Amino acid sequence: MFENIKLAFQGIWSHKMRSLLTMLGIIIGIASIISIVSTIKGTNEQIKQNLVGSGTNAVTIALYQGDWTFDLDWNAIPEGVPPMNDAVRTQITALETVEDASIYTERNYVSNVFYQNTPYNGALRGIDRHYLGVNGYSVSLGRSFTERDYQNYNKVAIVDDKVAQSLFYGENPIGKVIEINKDPFVVVGMAMQSSENTPVINSLSDYDLYVGSSSGCVFVPDVHWGSLYRYDEPQKLCLKATSTDDMTAAGQKAVSIINSRLSVGEKSDLSYQSNDISKQANDLQKLTNTTNMQLIWIASISLLVGGIGVMNIMLVSVTERTREIGLKKAIGAREGRILWQFLTEAAVLTSFGGILGVAAGVGLSKIISQLTGAPTAISIPASIIAVVFSTLIGVVFGLLPAVKAARLNPIDALRRE
Amino acid sequence: MLLNCENVCKDYMRGKLVVPVLKNVNLKVENGEYIAIMGPSGSGKTTLMNLIGCLDVPTSGNLTLNGENLSGMKSRRMADVRNQVLGFVFQQADLLPGLNAIDNVALPLLYRGVKKKERRKKAMEMLEKVGLSDRMEFMPNQLSGGQCQRVAIARAMAGDPQLLLADEPTGALDSQSGKQVMELFRQLNQEGITILMITHSQEVADEADRIYYIRDGILTAEKEDRAK
Repeated sequence: MFENIKLAFQGIWSHKMRSLLTMLGIIIGIASIISIVSTIKGTNEQIKQNLVGSGTNAVTIALYQGDWTFDLDWNAIPEGVPPMNDAVRTQITALETVEDASIYTERNYVSNVFYQNTPYNGALRGIDRHYLGVNGYSVSLGRSFTERDYQNYNKVAIVDDKVAQSLFYGENPIGKVIEINKDPFVVVGMAMQSSENTPVINSLSDYDLYVGSSSGCVFVPDVHWGSLYRYDEPQKLCLKATSTDDMTAAGQKAVSIINSRLSVGEKSDLSYQSNDISKQANDLQKLTNTTNMQLIWIASISLLVGGIGVMNIMLVSVTERTREIGLKKAIGAREGRILWQFLTEAAVLTSFGGILGVAAGVGLSKIISQLTGAPTAISIPASIIAVVFSTLIGVVFGLLPAVKAARLNPIDALRRE
Repeated sequence: MLLNCENVCKDYMRGKLVVPVLKNVNLKVENGEYIAIMGPSGSGKTTLMNLIGCLDVPTSGNLTLNGENLSGMKSRRMADVRNQVLGFVFQQADLLPGLNAIDNVALPLLYRGVKKKERRKKAMEMLEKVGLSDRMEFMPNQLSGGQCQRVAIARAMAGDPQLLLADEPTGALDSQSGKQVMELFRQLNQEGITILMITHSQEVADEADRIYYIRDGILTAEKEDRAK
């Protein structure tokens, strides 16, 4: 076996140009597959990173009517939805897959918030003591809400970095007074989600994903919500799962706990549902995967063509080396040995082509990512599979020439000059 | 008796035409003999050697080599017989260009499954015997025609064959190298190797103990022909 491989390498080396041209089909096929796979993997990792963030693992649970979130900007307060309390939160944080949870109220598009004469149109959230931690916010300027803020009903607010930018034009927001529902609130802090959660925008679709949460947010202690809006508004719950993989499961368990408290009647389509970002990410990944699988099939055709090229050259090689085959048979090589020799040669040729193809594919994907800015990630399992697969191509397409060589009549072979 | 051919016939099909190449050939070879077969081209001498060499099967007749009947033998067994009982020397040395002298000589042992160390040892021994101890690591393209032929003889001898078959072994050599090769055959025969040589040179054939002539597929013993 080892001898055969050594001989095969010698054969390839002695016909460098021919071997390279033969391998070209395999090289191109493998290179295109590797670069496609790298792009898919890169995109997927980025989707995951953009949507899920690394480390936040936040799942939002909100009230839904059918397939739509129940939006209190437009809807009246529903009946039969009791407010959440600490007992619910304790029950959910006791779940094994949940690290922490927070109860909050939210309006997505407020029209009653102003800074001097500038209206603010982003989101307003009344948050409990856990919210910032659960969602991976850190206070970068000023301070967070204190226990005293909650107890004394202090009219304080925290803005996120986007609001600081859009409402205060980059000026230091600390100490600025904003008007919420005609009440003055003092901005005491600026919070931002830790930088690893900041999405990277490379394409229009990334941007669309991103703007959903990009208009910024103003936070006030949840104790003010009652006076700002109405009592007993259904709240949302946000939980932090222990790992990204647990997000879906944790969300579903929490949802069933919350829904068991609803008394909305049989016919109602009101229910709490979890908005699991990792699920969205998976759906998006599936979408990119299906389109790219088609590309891989197309690239595989070039592998088929490459394989046929290998078969062609091997047939020529068998004819050229008829005398050598005859001699080997004369000194006692069995058919199986001749078969193996040619099969090994084809397999070595194509595996070598496969390795070159992987290298070319890695280079190609680097160039693609340089030119288009699309992210790429090299998949090591895919590279290994590619090399194994190209070896397999050699075996499959080398079989016919090898059988032909093994079956050569030694007399005819020796007669050939 | 090492080799016994009894009424061996071989026909070839040329389209629908049956062409008889060998007609009732009878030949007995004892151990240790040195035999030459002479004949013009097309007389069937190579066909006879192919049959004796286990490369082809006779159309009719019996061919026994070392007590084993060759007709009806499986191709796998034929390969093993070629490897273990026979040694071939052709007109061209037919060395594998990618292997050095030692590896070329060791090839039959590789096919037999001998370990690498033993292979090398035996091959070096054989190269020494043919007077090439200073050329062991040389590649075929670094050797002269006569040296290549001697490597080929060493290769044929490496498997300790019982019968050495030589088909025009000096045909492609200059007279000086040819003489060396013939001396080598003589020496091997004196060491007890049975040699069957095909040639159309009288000078070469005269080295042998017995000479047979083949013409139009008919083998005749030496004396009758010489009388003619």
